[in-house]
Amino acid sequence: MSDTTISTPAETAGKGRTVAFRGGGFAPKSHRWVGAAVFVFLILIAEWGTRTGWISSLTLPKPSDVLETFKELYTSGLLFKHLGPSLSRLAIGAIIGVSLGISVGILIGLFSYIRSGLVPLVAAIFPIPKIALLPLFVIWFGIGEGSKYALIAFGTFTPTVVATYGAVDNVDRSLIRMGQSFGLSWFSIVRKIVLPGAMPGILSGMRISLAIAIILLVAAEMLGAEYGIGAYILEAGSLYDLERLFAGVVILSLLGVITSGVIGLIERRLLGWRS
Amino acid sequence: MDIRLDGISHSYDDFEVMRDISLHIESGQIVCIVGPSGCGKSTLLRFIGGLERPSKGRVYQLGEPPEGCLNPLTYIFQDFALLPWRSVAGNISLVLEDHGIRGARAKGIIDDVLARTKLSEFGNALPKQLSGGMKQRVAIARALAVNPAVMLMDEPLSALDAQTRELLMDDLVDLWVRQPFTAVYVTHNLAEAVRLGHKVVVLSRRPGQIREVVEIDKPLQERNFGDPELDAQQKHLWELMRDEARAADAELINV
Ligand SMILES: Nc1ncnc2c1ncn2[C@@H]1O[C@H](COP(=O)(O)OP(=O)(O)OP(=O)(O)O)[C@@H](O)[C@H]1O
Ligand SMILES: [Mg+2]
Repeated sequence: MSDTTISTPAETAGKGRTVAFRGGGFAPKSHRWVGAAVFVFLILIAEWGTRTGWISSLTLPKPSDVLETFKELYTSGLLFKHLGPSLSRLAIGAIIGVSLGISVGILIGLFSYIRSGLVPLVAAIFPIPKIALLPLFVIWFGIGEGSKYALIAFGTFTPTVVATYGAVDNVDRSLIRMGQSFGLSWFSIVRKIVLPGAMPGILSGMRISLAIAIILLVAAEMLGAEYGIGAYILEAGSLYDLERLFAGVVILSLLGVITSGVIGLIERRLLGWRS
Repeated sequence: MDIRLDGISHSYDDFEVMRDISLHIESGQIVCIVGPSGCGKSTLLRFIGGLERPSKGRVYQLGEPPEGCLNPLTYIFQDFALLPWRSVAGNISLVLEDHGIRGARAKGIIDDVLARTKLSEFGNALPKQLSGGMKQRVAIARALAVNPAVMLMDEPLSALDAQTRELLMDDLVDLWVRQPFTAVYVTHNLAEAVRLGHKVVVLSRRPGQIREVVEIDKPLQERNFGDPELDAQQKHLWELMRDEARAADAELINV
């Protein structure tokens, strides 16, 4: 490499030159306002484009109109009528799916027979688009809430299983040996060593599972739902009412941001021990 | 409580690791095991503590562990093996909880062992906040908390720098002088062996066999850094080991 390519200050006689800095980077920090700025920037562009007309109103609704629709939704009280059932479907479905997923994942991580038996099964059901199974769930669990819970639970279950047993595999074996060498019971080792050790992996898996849960919420509300964000979006979509469609989509996005924020909070509380 | 090893041999599949090792570990003594890399020292220690089973031979516990002993055979690991999500006190309470010791009684034990390892102020610190030497003192405190009959130490000071190592050796000697404990101490470092060992067992290269057992009679508290008598012992040990170590090293390269 020729010297001229190194960007160093000019040589000062006798002192040599400053060593070029080449460390740093690879340690992303979160700057909250940058994320917000990106949103604001994109929305402003959309607003400007739709106002001046180079984005036609058929391509994208005007953000201010979407906001207006959103306000209407709020003042008419419809917002909470839609949000309530959706949130409860999301919560119940995700709690069932995630807790079953964590338990099965831990069993797979700990027992050879369960691992040999279930890993191929999980691999087989992971790629099935769960939406395709909705009619089946309707037959099994009825058109009411049951099928919706089942769809969301099933969708969150597989990614949670995969994340959990991967996380259990990554728990430091020397810590488990230590537990055994102090005569800790099997149950204590699992509860006090394996589970906390797997927590980072489980939580990052949960980020994905919960995003999937929100995606499936819309699918679950395709059939037999009068109220719900998904139902609202689907109805707006079939009428090509882009303002309402976008208002609904914005709510889903907000849900996504909120769940990811909540997991971030949990991570900060539970995983402060990481160096 | 004494420990006796009776004709221990072991192979992993056809890979012979050690051959016919018999040894008596007397109560109140520190037995150091030295030997070239890969001769089976760690494996032997796992046999003694019951973490693994030898293919031949038995490990016997002679006599009963002392009153109040929660975990007769207790390890101190090279990599400390502290739970990073528990504080110093939490790491010690971990090994008490399973014996139903909680609350004030646990606090009494924890305070006592932290004082003995000079860690009283660090009860609430997390492992990530501690230096290597302090982490190992926490591991020693944790071992003391269960009042072991025999401590099994696998290169406990190898991950530490030379100065910290000296300081911790002094701490171990102090602990032993105040209350003699039984220990099997595996090390690569001959200076540690002559400083801490009442007996130094020299193993040959793999398959590990006992080459010689060197007794060092000088009381622990009188052994000092740079003691000529110890230096002579250390030299003797090194002469025993040198050829083995060289051969073992060459073997590893040939693999
Ligand atoms: N679980 C295992 N399976 C197969 N081989 C093993 C296993 N554990 C250890 N060995 C082999 O047995 C031999 C002895 O290992 P051990 O760790 O006991 O040696 P050591 O004397 O402690 O070595 P070091 O001084 O490097 O710590 C090594 O050659 C190692 O590769
Ligand atoms: Mg070893």
